[in-house]
Amino acid sequence: MRESIIMKIHYGTALGAVVLVAVHILYRITMMSFGDSLEYENVVANYKFVPYAIMLELILVLLSVHGFNGLRVILLELKQGKSYEKVVTYGCLASMAILIAYGSRTILMTSMGMT
Amino acid sequence: MTDPQIVEEQSSAESSSSKTVTLRMAKFNPEHDSGTQFVNFQVSYERWTTVLDAILDVKKHLDHSVAVRYSCRQASCGSCGMKINGRPRLACFTKISELNSDVITVEPMNNYPIVRDLVVDLERMFDTHKEMKPFIIREDSEITTNTKEFLQTPEQVEEYIQFANCIKCGLCNSACPTMATDSSFLGPQALTQAYRYVADNRDKGKNERLKIIDDSHGIWRCHFAGSCSQVCPKGVDPAMGIQMLRGHLLGFKK
Repeated sequence: MRESIIMKIHYGTALGAVVLVAVHILYRITMMSFGDSLEYENVVANYKFVPYAIMLELILVLLSVHGFNGLRVILLELKQGKSYEKVVTYGCLASMAILIAYGSRTILMTSMGMT
Repeated sequence: MTDPQIVEEQSSAESSSSKTVTLRMAKFNPEHDSGTQFVNFQVSYERWTTVLDAILDVKKHLDHSVAVRYSCRQASCGSCGMKINGRPRLACFTKISELNSDVITVEPMNNYPIVRDLVVDLERMFDTHKEMKPFIIREDSEITTNTKEFLQTPEQVEEYIQFANCIKCGLCNSACPTMATDSSFLGPQALTQAYRYVADNRDKGKNERLKIIDDSHGIWRCHFAGSCSQVCPKGVDPAMGIQMLRGHLLGFKK
């Protein structure tokens, strides 16, 4: 994939994450007090509310893509070499996939009431 | 009748007193030295003495072994780039009097392999410069039948002319923080030259050049520190050129 496409995704995910995290925080502080919003029942209720669960899943994907690409860029600047760069790129991709899979599993199980 | 201005200049030259400054010079020969050592020289200077004049004075009278690269002495050739009091500058374009310091430290530029003392190897910079295809790309030419001169309006010239002032001194690459860690980074000099031709309306090689710079060690690794623009002795703004190129790659500019 061309670097310009990767960087467009990088900037796009950053913007998307800022917007969705802002919605998430506003939701926390406008619906009830911040302390109450962290109560077990209220947290589980968020996951059971499908639109909110979708938003949490989107935040997970956006932040994982943005974060692991950022890590890849930092590591590429730190050291150079063909095999090293390959390991970094595929390592970041694999880590991103694992994190998204694990996070999605948690969101899915909680929204289905499997807690 | 004597011109009063000339009389004034002569009298000011007569009354100027020579001061002395400590020239702290880096000495390093990779063939038999393990690290850089600094040697101090006391040199006298006038208001108009440049750092290069002082170095050449040392070379002539105090230490013949000093290695320094220079040529035009008028900031046109870009040969005498070095770190002067911690900042990349052209030695021929930096007057001792303007540094306001009793100690002038001269070192080789950062981010380049050292050949000896103040001389660095600029080969990689010239290679990346060549990689950018620094020439007008188009199928026809001014000497092709039925074509004339490629006339440009002043506005079209304005688009790229400041970037054409680059003298390849390498100060921008030396000041770049990304170049310090990423040895494969193209560098502000090469990227600016890519923009110089992309912005030239006579050139048709835009896509070729954008493809070259759109690499994992290309334009996207610039952090926009802007130090390249700060140190350029010719007033070129590489940081702006790089941002304009990004605009082309992101589709903001046609």
